[in-house]
Amino acid sequence: MALTGVEIFKLLPKTNCKKCGHPTCLAFAMKLAQRQASLDQCPDVSDEAKRILGEASAPPIRPVSFGTGDRTLKMGEEMVLFRHEKKFVNPTVFAVEIKDTEADEKINSIVEDVLSSEIDRVGQKLRVDAILINNVSEDVSRFETVIKTVSSKAANVPLIISTTSPTVAEAALKLVASWRPILYGANKDNAEQMANLAKTYKVPLGVKAEGLEALSSLTEKIKSLGVEELVIDSGAIKAKDIIEHNTLIRRAALKKNFKPLGYPVINFCEREDKVLEALIASLGIMKYSSIVVLSSVEKWKNLSLFTLRQNIYTDPQVPMQVEQKIYRIGEPKPDSPLLITTNFSLTYFIVSGEIENSKVPSRLAVMDCEGLSVLTAWAAGKFTAAKIAQFIKESGIENEISHKELIIPGYVAILSGAIEEKLPGWKVTVGPREANGIPAFLRQRMS
Amino acid sequence: MAFVAPKESYSGKVSEVTIGTDKTISFGGENVLPFQSFEGTVPHRPVIAYEIQDVPPGDWPETVKSVYEAVSSDPVSWAKFCEDKLNAKAIALRLIGTHPDRENRSAEDAKRVVRDVLSAIKVPLIILGSNHVEKDSEVLVAVAEAAKDKNCIIGKAQEGNYKTITAAAMAHNHKLIAMSELDINLSKQLNILITQMGFPKERLITDPMCSALGYGIEYTYSVMERIRLAALTQNDAVMQPPMLGDVGTYVWKVKETQASENELPHWGSLKERSITWEAVTAAAMLIAGAELLIMRHPEAVQVVERFVDELMQ
Ligand code: B12
Ligand code: SF4
Repeated sequence: MALTGVEIFKLLPKTNCKKCGHPTCLAFAMKLAQRQASLDQCPDVSDEAKRILGEASAPPIRPVSFGTGDRTLKMGEEMVLFRHEKKFVNPTVFAVEIKDTEADEKINSIVEDVLSSEIDRVGQKLRVDAILINNVSEDVSRFETVIKTVSSKAANVPLIISTTSPTVAEAALKLVASWRPILYGANKDNAEQMANLAKTYKVPLGVKAEGLEALSSLTEKIKSLGVEELVIDSGAIKAKDIIEHNTLIRRAALKKNFKPLGYPVINFCEREDKVLEALIASLGIMKYSSIVVLSSVEKWKNLSLFTLRQNIYTDPQVPMQVEQKIYRIGEPKPDSPLLITTNFSLTYFIVSGEIENSKVPSRLAVMDCEGLSVLTAWAAGKFTAAKIAQFIKESGIENEISHKELIIPGYVAILSGAIEEKLPGWKVTVGPREANGIPAFLRQRMS
Repeated sequence: MAFVAPKESYSGKVSEVTIGTDKTISFGGENVLPFQSFEGTVPHRPVIAYEIQDVPPGDWPETVKSVYEAVSSDPVSWAKFCEDKLNAKAIALRLIGTHPDRENRSAEDAKRVVRDVLSAIKVPLIILGSNHVEKDSEVLVAVAEAAKDKNCIIGKAQEGNYKTITAAAMAHNHKLIAMSELDINLSKQLNILITQMGFPKERLITDPMCSALGYGIEYTYSVMERIRLAALTQNDAVMQPPMLGDVGTYVWKVKETQASENELPHWGSLKERSITWEAVTAAAMLIAGAELLIMRHPEAVQVVERFVDELMQ
């Protein structure tokens, strides 16, 4: 929990010496509480105060990252239990498991699936983020071989090294420590050795114990050994346990400032039935998993999971939006069609995607409606005849095209007369209601 | 630092609703957030109803239409198929054919379909209009009478037609769905108006309006979570009806449930993709707080039932 200004003041030297650049210690304390100053501006602050303030100002769920470069995956730092309170911060990581007992072909095909998993959805690039390599064989040399195969094919894909044997772990880290994989992991029997490896090789450590009590004592022990970048696993596999444990972990961290559970959570969601697996992973996305581990990454399954993650992690206050302007799709000529829509990114990406599908070069006028969809914007009085007319006039589009025809969304057919009235000389054509009707509609006009 | 489980206890409770006469089924009644039985009681599983229509599903995408090919030309055989072959726990009959822009069937036609379906099935029936504000107030009043004392759910009452529909549901002993458009205050307001007419809040079901995965689901999700938190933490009686997720109708019109794999290779197999789309949408509604779902594809229903099994124990 963050401390109040007065609580911070009690910890300061109270000499009002002004060395911090503030008139009084109290004024400085207030700035600290608002996070507008940093404690090292006061040269005389005691170590004790530093420790207390440092702990209090640390985020309740520790930031932990793995992987390197632009594929670094950030986790933790969440501040709320419910997404309507504030945006969820670091989206759930999707990791697929590769067992080192699998045949090489199978391993190669999973790696291929990961590499070809990237899709674009409403302007974001989404993909399977990480690979967990599991030493099921308990054989060091097989594990090394698989790690080498995966890391040579999937350079840059962040890894999770799964073994409970410190010897195997060290062999693996010698190969890939510089990629900053997660070492998963530590349990009550190997905690010291694993903590030492995590320290030596500077990698985050996965910690597993059965149940939240055992998990709390284990993370405390490991922290006292000097390792703080942890990812925690309470052993929950069944949906019932996942929702219970993850809820209690998030609550303990946020509401009780309970540090031993203030770490990102990893959940294993694998199921025989791949659709059920998608539902368990969905539960993880909604209920506080930082990493969900999957057994396979089929394109159809990825699409649902990527989309759910994107939806749950959007900012509840600000719809995703695109810039107001006239977008050119294909290479439009002066006589190419002109269509209009709102600047809600989902609307824009669906409509522009369908115009692309039509292969008819076009212009798409995207009007700022504060990120609302067509019907919502219309109902909210932001996509009205007057505003559309004004936007078209001010856009200067009239000088760029050789016609005066505007195609409007079918759902707002009702606006056509009023727009024509406000845009003298223009003809308004009502397009289809759903965007998937656009290709047929545009092509038919061409013939 | 010893771990003490930070459990919550809430002052409020979701109301418990029982529907049907021959075979009854109950949902709601929990005093905790969805599936959090570790700190309270969750007496019932959520109920999933199979959606059928009064007219053939010409506008449903192939993947789901083909399942009902042999039976969907007749609502009675469609309903029987769901009950006998799919083990439906409830059936939701959508009178979409009464919509003026569709077949524009009359209230009399609707009454006949409802009577026929009711006499053919034992499981509870949910009767939905075509979502045309004026027409629904005529159609739903007629069918409420046709289904008198069958303890059905009638819906949806909206701001523009709740008076007539509420009166009919009250007179003929039905439960009632109150639908508003993705706004917690509008939802509360409508429930207040309906209960002020003397309709018992214990017979209400709230529909905060569903949306499909990828098409605004985060709005439905958060409105549901907020409604449920108000019901539990503020013990706000008008916020305590169980909630409906009308999943199938929203899901089976989006591109992800229709575009072929040839057209969009990076989206993968259409069949699995569309079923998963419905199942994930349903799962999100359940985790947000819905106790009643209306769905279309049997494989999606079955996998969601298994998900619920795992969540309930
Ligand atoms: C999510 C949502 C919201 C969100 C806003 C989301 C957003 N960023 O816009 C919130 C909760 C804020 C909201 C608020 C409101 N909403 Co609202 N909302 C929805 C909902 C569920 C989905 C909207 C959406 O995201 N659609 C997806 C996008 C992609 O659709 P779209 O922009 O229309 O684009 C499609 C087509 O129009 C077409 N298209 C788009 N552009 C073009 C262009 C051309 C040329 C062509 C040919 C086609 C085309 O292609 C797209 C895909 O097919 C709809 C109901 C529904 N399921 O549709 C109601 C809905 C739009 N909302 C509605 C209403 C009334 C409101 C409110 C006024 C009242 C309220 N409930 O609070 C407020 C107003 C907001 C405000 N600021 O005042 C009504 C509008 C009714 C009407 N006909 O007027 C709807 C239809 C619900 C209903 N069934 O009654 N809403
Ligand atoms: S430098 Fe430290 S002691 Fe001096 S006024 Fe600032 S806070 Fe107080």
